[in-house]
Amino acid sequence: MSRQSMRANDPKKVSGELFTLTYGSLVAQLLKDYENVDDVNRQLERMGYNIGMRLIEDFLARANPAFKLYLGVSPSIGSWSPGGDEFSVVLETNPMAEFVELPDHCLGLRYSNIMAGVIRGACEMVQLEVMAWFIADQLKGDNVTEIRVKFVKRLEDAIPAGED
Amino acid sequence: MSGSKQRPSILDKSLSRGRTEVSLTAYALLFSEMVQYSHNRVTSVNELHNKLSELGQRVGVRMVELLFVRERNYKRETKLLNILLFSLFGKEADKLDRATDDERIYYLIEKEPLVNRFISVPRDKSSINCAAFIAGIIESVLNSTGFPAKVTALWHKGTTFMIKFDDAVLTREKQLEGR
Repeated sequence: MSRQSMRANDPKKVSGELFTLTYGSLVAQLLKDYENVDDVNRQLERMGYNIGMRLIEDFLARANPAFKLYLGVSPSIGSWSPGGDEFSVVLETNPMAEFVELPDHCLGLRYSNIMAGVIRGACEMVQLEVMAWFIADQLKGDNVTEIRVKFVKRLEDAIPAGED
Repeated sequence: MSGSKQRPSILDKSLSRGRTEVSLTAYALLFSEMVQYSHNRVTSVNELHNKLSELGQRVGVRMVELLFVRERNYKRETKLLNILLFSLFGKEADKLDRATDDERIYYLIEKEPLVNRFISVPRDKSSINCAAFIAGIIESVLNSTGFPAKVTALWHKGTTFMIKFDDAVLTREKQLEGR
């Protein structure tokens, strides 16, 4: 039945397609507002950062893998660097980029950049400074979507006074 | 990333079956960022509503295409009431009313629309209703299925979407009834 299809049955869930289309509409709006794709990439990352900072609380309140919990996909983690401070998050399918095709003049756009921001924001809230960036994207013809995460440092200063 | 790689054409992929779900938290946070972003770029409540509605319209157009192809076997909808129900993407509205003084106007009442559940409205701007986004979706669904209308989100018994159809829609509806 079509009437059911855009609506999830579980009240804690939202249809993945509504989510995808909503995100797409946001990216389209940003492209319209900025015109320069680098600015759009930056803005998306910043939005993700804001989301990550708030998402982490919700995440810590449950015990569930984050990607599965929020996006309904299970990425694999791998390609650790020799020093053990850098790894990749590999997504076979990217729920943010369903129905998306990059036009030729937008090849510099990192469409799902909001995810990199989310990772950075969420880690910062648990005192970890990390860098996160895309190294492969299915929208650009790669086989998988891959986000590289690099540990920078522990944020000791942020511990509230009187904690120890 | 090298530009020489062959990008896949989206038309070569099969259409998704629409079974995926994401968490409400993720959606709410994304929507909140959209509202904040829009809010930073406007100067009045009215502009904000327009901006959100515009964002919703882009969603609506695509949804119509997707749903009619996948679920309806390309069959179009010609009855006004059916399309009204369809445009709610599957949710039963809490109430659907027709204005008594103007037959072009319908009221669709939803106590707590999805997008408003986590939004607190600043006291000095109490007329802000972020369901303008949903209004945009409904409006573009109606427009792209041949029922031109203007949809606005109001605060009234929760959220009320006021749907005002063009005269042509009513005229056609009457003709159809005559058959």
